[in-house]
Amino acid sequence: MALSVDSSWLRWQWRVREGSAQSASEATPLLSAEKARRSYNLRRQRVVFPNNSTFHQDWEKVSRSYPGNRIHTTKYTLFTFLPQNLFEQFHRWANLYFLLLVILNWIPSMEVFHREITMLPLAIVLFIIMVKDGLEDLKRHRFDKAINCSNIRIYERKVHNYVRKPWKDVRVGDFIQVQCNEIIPADILLLFSSDPSGICHLETANLDGETNLKQRRVVKGFSQQEVQFQPERFCNTIVCEKPNNHLNRFKGYMEHPDQTRTGFNSENLLLRGCTVRNTEVAVGIVIYAGHETKAMLNNSGPRYKRSKIERRMNTDIFFCIGILFLMCLIGAVGHSLWNGTFEEHPPFDVPDTNGNFLPLALEGVYMFLTMIILLQVLIPISLYVSIELVKLGQVFFLHNDLDLYDEETDSSIQCRALNITEDLGQIQYIFSDKTGTLTENKMVFRRCTIMGSEYSHQENAKRLETPKELDSDSEEWTQYQCLSFPARWVQGPATMRGQKSAQPLRRCQSARVPIQGHSRQRSMGHYENSQPAVAFSSSIEKDVTPDKNLLTKVRDAALWLESLSDGRATKPSFSTTSSIADFFLALTICNSVMVSTTTEPRQRVTIPPSTKALGMSLEKIQQLFQRLKLSSLSQSFSSTAPSDTDLGESLGANAPTMDSDEKDDSSVCSGGYSTDGGYRSSVWDQGDILGSGSGASLEEELETPAPGLAGPELCYEAESPDEAALVHAAHAYSFTLVSRTPEQVTVRLPQGTCLTFDLLCTLGFDSVRKRMSVVVRHPLTGEIVVYTKGADSVIMDLLEDPASVTDIDLEKKLKKTQARTQKHLDLYARDGLRTLCIAKKVISEEDFRRWASFRHEAEASLENRDELLMETAQHLENRLTLLGATGIEDRLQEGVPDTIAALREAGIQVWVLTGDKQETAVNIAYSCRLLDQTDTVYTINTENQETCDSILNCTLEEVKQFHEPQKPDRKLFGFRLRSKTPSTTSAAVLPEVGLVIDGKTLNAIFLGKLEKKFLELTGYCRSVLCCRCTPLQKSMIVKLVRDKLSVMTLSIGDGANDVSMIQAADIGIGISGQEGMQAVMSSDFAISRFRHLKKLLLVHGHWCYSRLARMVVYYFYKNVCYVNLLFWYQFFCGFSASTMIDYWQMIFFNLFFTSLPPLIFGILDKDISAETLLALPELYKSGQNSECYNLSTFWISMLDAFYQSLICFFIPYLTYKDSDIDVFTFGTPINTISLTTILLHQAMEMKTWTIIHGLILLGSFLMYFAVSLLYNATCVTCNSPTNPYWVMEVQFSDLTFYLVCFLTPVAALLPRYFILSLRGTYEKSLLLKAQKIDQLPRDKRDLEIQNWRSRQRPAPVPSMSQPSQHPMPHRPEQAFRASTPKSSSPPKRKHIEDWVLHGQRGSREHMTDDPCSGDSSAKLSSGEHLLGPNRTMAPGAYSGGQTNMSRCSQRGSHRRSQSSLTI
Amino acid sequence: AAPRLAQRGRGGGRPGAAAMTWSATARGAHQPDNTAFTQQRLPAWQPLLSASIALPLFFCAGLAFIGLGLGLYYSSNGIKELEYDYTGDAGTGNCSLCAAAGQGRAPPPSCSCAWYFSLAELFQGPVYLYYELTNFYQNNRRYGVSRDDRQLSGVRFALFHPANECAPYQRSAGGLPIAPCGAIANSLFNDSFSLWHQRQPGGPYVEVPLDRTGIAWWTDYHVKFRNPPLVNGSLALAFRGTVPPPNWHRPVYELSRDPNNTGFINQDFVVWMRTAALPTFRKLYARIRQGNYSAGLPRGAYRVNITYNYPVRAFGGHKLLIFSSISWMGGKNPFLGIAYLVVGSLCILTGFVMLVVYIRYQDQDDDDDDD
Repeated sequence: MALSVDSSWLRWQWRVREGSAQSASEATPLLSAEKARRSYNLRRQRVVFPNNSTFHQDWEKVSRSYPGNRIHTTKYTLFTFLPQNLFEQFHRWANLYFLLLVILNWIPSMEVFHREITMLPLAIVLFIIMVKDGLEDLKRHRFDKAINCSNIRIYERKVHNYVRKPWKDVRVGDFIQVQCNEIIPADILLLFSSDPSGICHLETANLDGETNLKQRRVVKGFSQQEVQFQPERFCNTIVCEKPNNHLNRFKGYMEHPDQTRTGFNSENLLLRGCTVRNTEVAVGIVIYAGHETKAMLNNSGPRYKRSKIERRMNTDIFFCIGILFLMCLIGAVGHSLWNGTFEEHPPFDVPDTNGNFLPLALEGVYMFLTMIILLQVLIPISLYVSIELVKLGQVFFLHNDLDLYDEETDSSIQCRALNITEDLGQIQYIFSDKTGTLTENKMVFRRCTIMGSEYSHQENAKRLETPKELDSDSEEWTQYQCLSFPARWVQGPATMRGQKSAQPLRRCQSARVPIQGHSRQRSMGHYENSQPAVAFSSSIEKDVTPDKNLLTKVRDAALWLESLSDGRATKPSFSTTSSIADFFLALTICNSVMVSTTTEPRQRVTIPPSTKALGMSLEKIQQLFQRLKLSSLSQSFSSTAPSDTDLGESLGANAPTMDSDEKDDSSVCSGGYSTDGGYRSSVWDQGDILGSGSGASLEEELETPAPGLAGPELCYEAESPDEAALVHAAHAYSFTLVSRTPEQVTVRLPQGTCLTFDLLCTLGFDSVRKRMSVVVRHPLTGEIVVYTKGADSVIMDLLEDPASVTDIDLEKKLKKTQARTQKHLDLYARDGLRTLCIAKKVISEEDFRRWASFRHEAEASLENRDELLMETAQHLENRLTLLGATGIEDRLQEGVPDTIAALREAGIQVWVLTGDKQETAVNIAYSCRLLDQTDTVYTINTENQETCDSILNCTLEEVKQFHEPQKPDRKLFGFRLRSKTPSTTSAAVLPEVGLVIDGKTLNAIFLGKLEKKFLELTGYCRSVLCCRCTPLQKSMIVKLVRDKLSVMTLSIGDGANDVSMIQAADIGIGISGQEGMQAVMSSDFAISRFRHLKKLLLVHGHWCYSRLARMVVYYFYKNVCYVNLLFWYQFFCGFSASTMIDYWQMIFFNLFFTSLPPLIFGILDKDISAETLLALPELYKSGQNSECYNLSTFWISMLDAFYQSLICFFIPYLTYKDSDIDVFTFGTPINTISLTTILLHQAMEMKTWTIIHGLILLGSFLMYFAVSLLYNATCVTCNSPTNPYWVMEVQFSDLTFYLVCFLTPVAALLPRYFILSLRGTYEKSLLLKAQKIDQLPRDKRDLEIQNWRSRQRPAPVPSMSQPSQHPMPHRPEQAFRASTPKSSSPPKRKHIEDWVLHGQRGSREHMTDDPCSGDSSAKLSSGEHLLGPNRTMAPGAYSGGQTNMSRCSQRGSHRRSQSSLTI
Repeated sequence: AAPRLAQRGRGGGRPGAAAMTWSATARGAHQPDNTAFTQQRLPAWQPLLSASIALPLFFCAGLAFIGLGLGLYYSSNGIKELEYDYTGDAGTGNCSLCAAAGQGRAPPPSCSCAWYFSLAELFQGPVYLYYELTNFYQNNRRYGVSRDDRQLSGVRFALFHPANECAPYQRSAGGLPIAPCGAIANSLFNDSFSLWHQRQPGGPYVEVPLDRTGIAWWTDYHVKFRNPPLVNGSLALAFRGTVPPPNWHRPVYELSRDPNNTGFINQDFVVWMRTAALPTFRKLYARIRQGNYSAGLPRGAYRVNITYNYPVRAFGGHKLLIFSSISWMGGKNPFLGIAYLVVGSLCILTGFVMLVVYIRYQDQDDDDDDD
């Protein structure tokens, strides 16, 4: 209910507590005179004293004022439950209203009914809701408790050691020791990491959904600790900012005893909820705890969501109140007038107790209030209860749907919000996260092209198509399960996964190749929750089936490569063989993938500086092990000799391989790397060493066994999943990345040879350059080679101009390669593959040295360092030679394109909001059919508000020209446009418009108040893609759309970065089972796969909506119909508020006789079968347009209710007029008639009759008679003064009763029945048609559905499998790219940005170019490849020295053609 | 636990899903039950209202209703009613004198008047004599609740402690409980009638026996209304300590000399206490079913002697006397027959409209199919 209020209140409470504490602490001499130098402003800063002996006093004083780590998300406590819940319930207008009526009824002169009886309905309602709220809160409480009680090691001052304590005991200033795979309990500042380089690896999946490892560093000055961190020696005070919700912003400083300060930032902060990976032990001091942690502050708590129907209902209730008011007014005035007609007081005008008569006016006022009590049922109190119950039922069915059940994770849908099920049927906008939501985030190498020849990897494709269930992974997992280990000493990832048997497959971009029987024990603090302890990718990602054709060539290439080492005579040429070798080397080397073995979870294979003496730690064993395996440096081996015994034990299993390794060791250590320091400095400064280094054979030729049997299999951990995919692909061709250090990369060749490349420089990936490069020294040839990998659009621009090559043949070859590669790239792109180009360049020693010093300078410079670095990178990455390109599939989740297509057909706009980079996002958008190849895509990237404004204007203008004729119904132009209005424009098919926008632009839009324009533009767009969004922006977009367009929105996401978006939307859906629980915890519904959304919305949403909407309408009808009977009677009883029906029977009428059928109707009725709903997504639009329940249906049903009540009252009235009928004898047939009418009305509303429907309806009807007969027979004086004794029995013996009861319902329902059957016959609404289709036998139905679909969509939506059969011509994408001068790409480098004319000219050209682009889809002319800067750049109009516009020439086939604009 | 082979595929219908997989449990612990109910696949009947169903229904219902309506109409027409307004508006007969005499006087003086009528033929029996009051709102809320059913059902405690609803007719000025309490009882209709028959013109008037018993509901007379237990065999003693309602001239135990018809079980009283539903109402006064008159009222001249006590001017009402015969469907009620006829014809009419629509739709549908 008032959750939001509540949580914010809680937070406010903390604030207050904190504030008061602060003021108290300032008053107290805490920071006393002797420590005057430490006068911190606690209002603006947080001061943390460590909890050790030195600072214990201070810590006591300060930290007590900070909240503890206990979290508390419940609404109530045991004691506050009753009052608070009642208080909240009376926030509901209806409840307050009924409370008022109950109170009114206690005033004697207005007592219509028994005082106690009147309280009954309200009490029941309050009770039911109370129970429900209580149960919900209990659930939350249990969850909190589980979290609060999970254990962590806290430093205990007295014991001088770490002690296991529950999370809730963590306090600010405590030292916390977190072990591998443990979850961090609070925000802690990292002070120690067992990693020698002071790095702690984190998985932030719980926070942002990203599974790749993040690095956090120990605070400066603490990194060189040689032994275990000593909390007692920590004597610094920490000053940092107040708790805030910026996940990536944190700064503060540490004050040393000598008053020097050390700064730290978010790099040093471990956030609550993250998991420590790959690091044996990390120690930190708690900075924020509990609700003040960034994770919790980001979790702004659910807001009470009121469904659209409920909102609609509330307005209708106001209408009802209006009607009620009118009726009461009529009653009051009528009563006064009626009283005024008598000259003296008639015998039936009873004075009050004292025998006095009230003045007429007062009587009228009293009568008004009395009438309210009498007619109170007009405001349907039972409606609220019924809605709650119906929603419970709907939730039950949602929960039980097998189609929403995911076998892999053994989870079905979770409904966390019980009160918005029907909103599922009215969604107009869907905001989706990308990673983990649309995609599985499993990158799979699909195909590649090398030197212009394509290798389609069909076997690989086939493998990918086979069902995932056969994943070998799951088998391993069960095998591990058989292994038994001591329970607490859980070892290794496999068993961990065994424990979490619900999640056999973890997604990750690193892969684990299994080793049998690795049983080394280790103590690990496991967070025993449903959290995945270790994430590994499935075999789908890592097993790449090589293309046979390519495989043989690769073998040749490898052989050729080996021949290099022998002779060194062969000059590297541009032969295909060498290119293939280079290509795979590039794949293997050119990345930032870290290698770890599987023996220990995510342990990095590193060759650390040897000088560091570690305690006997996992890392050390690991490193030694690796050293043995790779035998690269012998000194380090000797330096760690003291621990040899341990080593021997732990490595015993691998002893056989050691021999050979050791043998090799001697041969290897001959290099010039005598000391670590020398090794380090060699790269930059000592060219001579470099030179000699190349001479000294760095390569190690190891006699390793065949790859398949190779001892420790390797795990690859990459920052981006594609990198891992490429490494895996190379691995499949036996180019295996064996180890990577900051200085060296080792690659194992197919023949088993290991090549170790000196890493001279790595130019990391960034989104501006869109490429990364490594500079290595080739161990065999000694050449300095630059391998570059990057987005095709960029790399293609950086290639060496073939024309500049002297050799004619070579020139031709290069040209051909480029053209063909381009063709293949287009092909890949159309298949929705993520493309990356691989290129290489050989530079001379001298060039490199010059460049290196340049680079070094850039790195050292303080100002504009970034720009300088960028510039140096550009100096290096040019004149590249294209090797080939790869196509990687970011595997969409199963059924995503289908789901998106269906949702879109259903009239839902799908937006993707992702934090990912633009290329990835666009790629995914294409592959999930969010964007179509035929769409015109506008890309807006700018930081500048004015620029943004003008771009929006231009785009808008342009789009409007497209859609001029369709302006009125922009929301629906998807189909309406095609099916209804035959396009008036020359082009028969209008292109759909897509919009791609990035976070910076969004920022500009929000800052520049351009929301309106933006929304107007998006109104024309079929789909919108927002990249690089922060979580806050995501929620801002959702709020913007929701509030400004007043539409129903749904957000779906899986990570904590989606939490705010999920909470901002009308419906938040969390994808469970993939990531942490944050998204799920804040969501309203949690599903396990994206594709479940289809059935959830199209079927359940539709059902829930139509059921509930129709039930609500029915309820209004029912109450009005029934209450009006009483109202009509007032005309015949002098407006005295008397009733002709016994009050108990009236209560029973609402409580029992007519309550169940609507409930059943609301839970079970199916207007259209699930199959039809899924087959015809358009049917969803009825919900979007609120067809079942809107103003007109409400008023129609009101009118109908009036009519029916008139009939129900006046037919009996006329029948019994002028007879000796008494009050209750008159009321009984009326009651019976209205019951019959109301039930029959219900029966007419029901579209599906199951046995339950029938039984309930019949049961209600019979129950009425049974209860009435019983009540009337037994109650002689029990209900004085009203006394319906024997009335029913008498009526039963009267023929007239039957005659009346037969006629009246028929007369009352005749018009409705007539209209309904008229509509059933004549009207062509979608729903009715679908219902008709539903009635057909199955085969006929399928046929009919096909007919329908073909009628709806004359142009069939092209399926994924046949991308080339688009009936529509290809339409190039247009990208308006603008960047402010601040943007990191320097404007002078023309070839990076193609400044293109914005506005109409360019786009019109695109339109007119249709034919050219049309046929290009069929024949990809090889001569036309794209993006040669020299080709596309026609230096355009240069306006104001700022705008450099040039025309983007038509690029035929290439859909990614960029036309951009900058200002 | 040793893994065992289990079939996880559901229904096996989906390609690829019917794979056999190794799993630790037979099926997921959270897997929903696959029953027709939970999967919402219960066998169902989906009626779709359309012309083909509605048409026959309309016509059949229409015809049936018309038939029924005709029957009702004729049987209702066969019932005779004879009514006379004896309120005594000026110039409407000899009761006007009584009306005039009673004006402004409370309590009105006892007055008699008569109504003469003659029957040309036999008034088919059994004949019921009703009195009718118009504009008398017995259903007025505060009037209707002004009674104590417990008192009336003979509970001795309630006799002396009338319910608060009876106020201000709960206790007399002297504080004694009123029995029967309340406004309804206080306003008891107290006109009385006797019927005289003159067989031959100029002959003597013979009193027609009016059966004043059995006019109340059986259950009212036998269950709901009970006299308080007799004290020393005397009803009067049982009522000692109570006073009659202010408008009454005599105590409740003297309503009739018949011990089975006095006190709370006096049938006139019981009938009056059953409050009428509508402001214009009849109440049964007597049945004529004895002697020669069991077959009905034979032809001849009649006189009804009316003891005119009940004032109606205060509320502008009228008092009527009604002789009515009854049929199988109760009293005379032409409305029900007419209503049936009207609804029946409406059904037929809508049926025809539907037919027209249906035919036109069929044509259109054919066109659609041709598209």
